[in-house]
Amino acid sequence: MAESMDDRDDELSRLVRDRATRYRAGPALESSIRAELALQAASVRPQRPAPAGRWPGWSLMGIGFACGLAVSVALHFWIGRGATADQLEAELVDSHVRALMVSHLTDVASTDQHTVKPWFQGRVDYSPPVKDLAAEGYPLIGGRLDYIEGRAVAALIYRRHGHFINLFVWPGPPVGTRETSSRQGYNVMRWASGGMTYAAVSDLNDQELGVFATLLRQ
Amino acid sequence: MARMQDFDRLVLPHLHAAVNLARWLVHDSQTAEDLVQDAFLRAFRYFDRLHSNDAKPWLLGIVRNTCFTWLEERRANPAPVELDPEMAESLPAPADGLGISPEAWVDKERLRQRVDEAITALAPLFREVVVLRELEDLSYAEIAKIVDIPIGTVMSRLSRARRELRKTLTDFRSTDCDG
Repeated sequence: MAESMDDRDDELSRLVRDRATRYRAGPALESSIRAELALQAASVRPQRPAPAGRWPGWSLMGIGFACGLAVSVALHFWIGRGATADQLEAELVDSHVRALMVSHLTDVASTDQHTVKPWFQGRVDYSPPVKDLAAEGYPLIGGRLDYIEGRAVAALIYRRHGHFINLFVWPGPPVGTRETSSRQGYNVMRWASGGMTYAAVSDLNDQELGVFATLLRQ
Repeated sequence: MARMQDFDRLVLPHLHAAVNLARWLVHDSQTAEDLVQDAFLRAFRYFDRLHSNDAKPWLLGIVRNTCFTWLEERRANPAPVELDPEMAESLPAPADGLGISPEAWVDKERLRQRVDEAITALAPLFREVVVLRELEDLSYAEIAKIVDIPIGTVMSRLSRARRELRKTLTDFRSTDCDG
């Protein structure tokens, strides 16, 4: 049968083509997609285990930034031992923003927790719990090595409706008692569980971020 | 980088078509946009597999697979179908200066809703071919590739879908004779 079933001129076809709704993307979707593709493009590199003593996969800009960071963190270190919640949260938000600015959200870009978790072996001195929440609407998109309060920490990156969440996790007690705060428009949620302390940073609204924290705590 | 530029030029222009197909399949607008974002990410990862300057069928193939996987995981029933709350009966307020009479505008809106409902009432696999053929203007060969079925099956599926649409819309038209 040839292409011309001649349904095109049919009244029904015309009715459907003229009357049915044609949906379009909302205003935020395109920029959200572009942001995520930029991250993909930036983090596409051979995933080799890093030789000891080198930060894996950072560009020259990243290395320069890391040196600058190391200096400022070394200074921070002396104060950092007794860091207040405020200083910690400032550092966490700075890290989140910087990761977005240099399009370096993930070192390992994978939605598979069985890829992300072992990637941290040899890079941090603990094994971060990595949970997959894609079924609940918070897909894991990768992991990143970060440096908070004078130590290498694991950052796990999740996405929710176009917003990115940086989940920092490291062993130890929580700093201060404050659970939720907001700075520079970013929400920070902190809690402790199973000997690990967690901090979730995102521009996602605090209600959905709260759901994220609850899902992780289960 | 060149890859991003090519992707931008070839694939991103089809964003609205992607959202249109996704929304017709999963109904909920937020879910549709999430699935479209997932589909675009997958498309970018497998961009090397595109061997044509027309990315629309290739992209829509990824979108429909993403949506049907989601539908299977949610074990959604094809019928009866829940209408998207945004497609509810209440008519939006007409804007001023439409160029047509308010009565004509109401008729138009009501007709649009009826057509939308008739399409929504179709099972997803039938709805899909109607959207791809009538709203996205794709050829039978392109639809066959997107859905991964033989061309003959595209035609029979479309034929059956049109039969059902015709019945639903005829019923509407025959009861609406006091207009």
